[in-house]
Amino acid sequence: MVQYNETGLDASFAALSDATRRGVLQQLALADASITDLAGKFHMTLTGMKKHVAVLERAALVTTEKAGRVRTCRLGVRALEEEAAWIERHRQLWSARFDALDEIVEHLKSKEKADARRKRK
Amino acid sequence: MPEGKESSPAAMNRTAVERKSDRELVVTRTFNAPAHIVFEAWSKPELFKRWWVPKSAGMLLLSCDMDVRTGGAYRLVFSHPAFDQPMAFFGTYREVTPHKRIVWTNEESDQGAVTTVTFEDNAGKTLVTFHELYPTTAALEEALAGSAEGLPEQFAQLDELLAGKS
Repeated sequence: MVQYNETGLDASFAALSDATRRGVLQQLALADASITDLAGKFHMTLTGMKKHVAVLERAALVTTEKAGRVRTCRLGVRALEEEAAWIERHRQLWSARFDALDEIVEHLKSKEKADARRKRK
Repeated sequence: MPEGKESSPAAMNRTAVERKSDRELVVTRTFNAPAHIVFEAWSKPELFKRWWVPKSAGMLLLSCDMDVRTGGAYRLVFSHPAFDQPMAFFGTYREVTPHKRIVWTNEESDQGAVTTVTFEDNAGKTLVTFHELYPTTAALEEALAGSAEGLPEQFAQLDELLAGKS
């Protein structure tokens, strides 16, 4: 099933191409935070952090909500999907790698058994 | 091969990936062979280079130097159609305990993980646990996102689409 349309993907990858924005997502994975909190954590001006959050918000990686003078950020739906996708991509790599290792291991095992049989004779 | 009939049941072939903590990534898999055999396939360069780079990754292993003993060094050089220059991965084996455990550093960046792989023999089968410990959460994030970051966008998007389909 294709879950993302192309526009969403573009926005997503652009948003994730920046180390600070990935850091913000990681931070929000631990706890919701205000823009002021995030700016402090990443040693950044309020304006700079607002821009990063806006990019993440456009990509649906973050949602924000304003209560009084504080804008609280939390993970968006897509952030959770991205995390799952990263893990899945990693799993596919390792699965392919370990399938190949499995073949070699089976081959070595057969060889060792054949050698042992030869020695017994 | 006559031994092919013995190939392991599907459940055993599961490769599990788990983000154990903010800085740790763990991959496990059980192999249907004793630990000394799996260790051999991991520690002999001529065998290692036959499985470490899956064909589906689109990478080519140009060279593979591994001095698998405590204090020894390794250096792997890859090429990929999307990169102008070959990429080198290198580091040092911090600990090598035959048939049991290999620990190595990843020194291509100062944010490289320390990798520990253990081989646990259980009644002729071997549980392999591949464990990466990153110096920071950001370094792990970087590594996880790496496959999307290093490639041109269209490759990454294709990858994502295919992952979404399965």
